[in-house]
Amino acid sequence: MRSPARVVAAGVVALALGGCAALSPDSQGAPSTAVTHVLDVYAAASLSEVMETLAVGFEEVLPWVDVRVTYGGSSDLAAQILEGAPAAVFASADEAQMAAVADEVAGEPVVFATNTLTIAVPEGNPAGVTGLGSLADDAVVTVVCAPQVPCGAATATLAAHAGVDIAAVSEELSVTDVLGKVASGQADAGVVYVTDVPRAEGVEAVAIDGADAVVNRYPIARLKRSDFAEIADDFVAYVAGAEGRAVLAEAGFGAP
Amino acid sequence: MTGPRWLVPLAVAGALLVALPLVGLLARANWGDLWALITAPASLEALALSLRTSIAATALVLVLGVPLGFALHGLHGRVRAVARAVLLAPLVLPPVVGGLALLYAFGRRGLLGGPLEDAGVSIAYTTVAVVLAQAFVAMPFMVVSVESALATHGSRREAIAATLGASRTRILARVTLPALGPALATGTVLAFARALGEFGATLTFAGSLAGVTRTTPLEIYLARETDPDAAVALSIVLLVVAVTVVAVAYRPVAGRAVR
Repeated sequence: MRSPARVVAAGVVALALGGCAALSPDSQGAPSTAVTHVLDVYAAASLSEVMETLAVGFEEVLPWVDVRVTYGGSSDLAAQILEGAPAAVFASADEAQMAAVADEVAGEPVVFATNTLTIAVPEGNPAGVTGLGSLADDAVVTVVCAPQVPCGAATATLAAHAGVDIAAVSEELSVTDVLGKVASGQADAGVVYVTDVPRAEGVEAVAIDGADAVVNRYPIARLKRSDFAEIADDFVAYVAGAEGRAVLAEAGFGAP
Repeated sequence: MTGPRWLVPLAVAGALLVALPLVGLLARANWGDLWALITAPASLEALALSLRTSIAATALVLVLGVPLGFALHGLHGRVRAVARAVLLAPLVLPPVVGGLALLYAFGRRGLLGGPLEDAGVSIAYTTVAVVLAQAFVAMPFMVVSVESALATHGSRREAIAATLGASRTRILARVTLPALGPALATGTVLAFARALGEFGATLTFAGSLAGVTRTTPLEIYLARETDPDAAVALSIVLLVVAVTVVAVAYRPVAGRAVR
């Protein structure tokens, strides 16, 4: 495997040879530090903090690139991409949504992170949730993602795997909505990704036994419509490479 | 009276801005399966829930909004201006802000919801929560209809009725309310339509569960990703309702005659 530094360096060289005139109008020698190219990255909502860190790290390597990240539910973003949204890179929270945009993808998507599910409860765990089994109890106000969205699909699979019939009072449209309901105390428990808990205020996690049985794999890919393919490819390589890995691990994401 | 000719291209652009998206929606529809999509179980369940909750919310708005319109009309000067500004705020409030406000009032840890929860009454995640959210956003339509009708109505006939010895309640029932008929009808239709379309506050405050809190707009939002045809079919149902409501509520003024 190539090191990310070398990949980026290769990109820089490619730019210097190729589209450099277009990138920095006054470039006679060193590339200008003024931002001259915007890279539009569409990323799953669960990546919001970590992708921000990755974007800043990438911009330090290529200062004339402005990484602009749009966050949303993966299925929502996939629908937008199919409707022609100007995304250069797509980072999805599951492989199904990447498959949905397969016709728009350049090359093969790379799985760069994994995530598992956990139970989020308000601080102090007022309902005394101990595991997935607690969520079958009607007395525990539980919210989950709707089965149509990736976190809901994973939740349904895990519940079936564990033989638990979750008594949910609401099937939310995104994992952020589940987290919001738990954080505000509207719900006693919600099934979210492991990486969601540290991002939320006033929320703690109750681990699910056997959560490893359902692993969400996050693929990233460049889209055919990207106008500067080298930069987009470099970004994909950066996220999937060692530096990206370190940032992702820090945020609690598993290795691919 | 028509304006200068240079207004025409701007008017055409304006018409396109409004009409083109609607045409876009219609162009995306799967007309062959439209009926099947609308009558699919998930769609019917959402439509039935929307109908039930919107009727309940409209009834609530009638019972509470009409007296509120009267009360507002009875205020004067700056007090009235401030009261009106607060009461009509949901008209322009971002839906998600309304949802948060409802959450902190009626939610499990809310101002009123907390004590209610302790008393064993739970509003969150119930159909009642949906009705509350819809009534919250629909109320201003009734209040503003009643208040502005009262402002143009004057009090001459009420004064005559009073000199004839009619009680206040009798004057309200026999003189004022009948005169307000058209305004009440307009307020009712607009409140119903607004309730039917409520999305943000419901999502933030009530949750989303099929048959309980997942109204048609929430079902459209969910289906849009996995079943766009169904989302478009349900959207067309709401579009037809919206166009009908506007046609009824803003029918030509000539029909309402001079008082």
